[in-house]
Amino acid sequence: MDSYLLPLWISCKTVLVTTAITFILGIAVARWMARYSGKYKGMIDGIFILPLVLPPTVVGFGLLMLFGKNGPLGEFLSLFDMTVVFSWPATVIAAVIMTFPLMYMSARAGFEQVDVNIENAARTLGASEWRVFWTITMPAARPAIMAATVLAFARALGEFGATLMLAGNIPGKTTTIPVAIYFNIQAGHTDKAMVLVFIVLAISFVSLAALTYWKLKIPAKP
Amino acid sequence: MKRMVNRILPRFVAVFAVMGVLVFSGCSPAEENHVAVEISISAAASMTDALQEINALYMQENSWVTLSVNFASSGTLQKQIENGAPVDVFISAAPAQMNALEEGGFLVDSSRRNLLNNKIVLIVPSDSTLGLDSFMDLLDSGVVRIALGDPEFVPAGTYGKKALEILGIYDQLLPKLILGSDVRQVLGYVEGANVEAGIVYSTDAAITDGVVIVAEAPAEVNTLIVYPAAIIKGCQDIEAAQAYIDFLFGQEAAAIFAEYGFSLAEG
Repeated sequence: MDSYLLPLWISCKTVLVTTAITFILGIAVARWMARYSGKYKGMIDGIFILPLVLPPTVVGFGLLMLFGKNGPLGEFLSLFDMTVVFSWPATVIAAVIMTFPLMYMSARAGFEQVDVNIENAARTLGASEWRVFWTITMPAARPAIMAATVLAFARALGEFGATLMLAGNIPGKTTTIPVAIYFNIQAGHTDKAMVLVFIVLAISFVSLAALTYWKLKIPAKP
Repeated sequence: MKRMVNRILPRFVAVFAVMGVLVFSGCSPAEENHVAVEISISAAASMTDALQEINALYMQENSWVTLSVNFASSGTLQKQIENGAPVDVFISAAPAQMNALEEGGFLVDSSRRNLLNNKIVLIVPSDSTLGLDSFMDLLDSGVVRIALGDPEFVPAGTYGKKALEILGIYDQLLPKLILGSDVRQVLGYVEGANVEAGIVYSTDAAITDGVVIVAEAPAEVNTLIVYPAAIIKGCQDIEAAQAYIDFLFGQEAAAIFAEYGFSLAEG
């Protein structure tokens, strides 16, 4: 039972925290970039999307270099006696980096679709930027945001390459469901692997069904 | 007459040229009597450097042979063979995987021989300041992470776990273990200094300056370590595979294995 419950527990923790962080970070950055028209827009955009096009193992390796014993962030954190590599927070970091491009791209597309005239009308009526964002921009972009969140959630659930590189396989601490599936197959425990596969399928199916339900029930408000 | 020469002569030349090519292609110098052979080898990750050198030498001396090697943990290789991977020769880092294949009827009869011995050692990063000098020191609070091959399918991990169990500390160390998918990954973890210690073969520790050996596993464990080699059923050219295995047991290969710290099982 342990071999299912432990990875499930760790995956749950990781995916929930990751989705929350990616949600906030993705929306904030997407909102900024949607209305940004500076010189380096294309380059900045490229950097944000990079983890999407690179092989996850490469991203994981990069993170390992960054947070490792001799890496810049690793050395900085060790001043506070903190190690990221091969710890649970590493699963979150790896998953956030890998899901961020998805959240960012979809949210940004959503924000760019919002009619600037309506936002400006609100501004002329005296609404603060904050109020404009929450009462006009966000509701209008709701379908895109919801789709982005589910994408990020699903991607976080299935994240393997970068996680294995940065967090490693530490049963009970960093072994997420995808890592557990991989090592179970390697060890010849295909039955255990199949149970974990079904768990992932079930969770993914439920979240996609929920998304479809929301989309149908709550249409976008202009 | 001139017309005949202009039209017929070129055709005569062409016909003779074609006949000449056909006649000469049938002849070959004595050395080229060998048919090109390809041998596919699956070998334990710990043999990577030594076997690559030996294979290069073999191909140099037998130019018609192409050797392709697949290095991974013995458990992974065993699974691949059981699932039909087209492998001719298998060299495992432990008897367990070879036994499983033998029981499953995957080996060519009487082709199995014990090739090498090895030792399990405890290693630390070369810049480690913890002063570890025995397996028991792994219990120190300064040791946060210990890298070990997954005991389920990595022989070095299985032997490492056995060593820790013999010393009675495996259960206490369990929370500290980070499991690798093969022994070279474990080596990499220690080299990268993101773990405080790791358990690998002495031959793995020898290939890099980034780690230092601080202890050897108990003798009861090290005497168990033997690397068997065998030909897998389905091998297209058993003679060629046998010739290659004979080379592995020969003097030239022995010298290279010794260079990398392996000891010979039959030597």
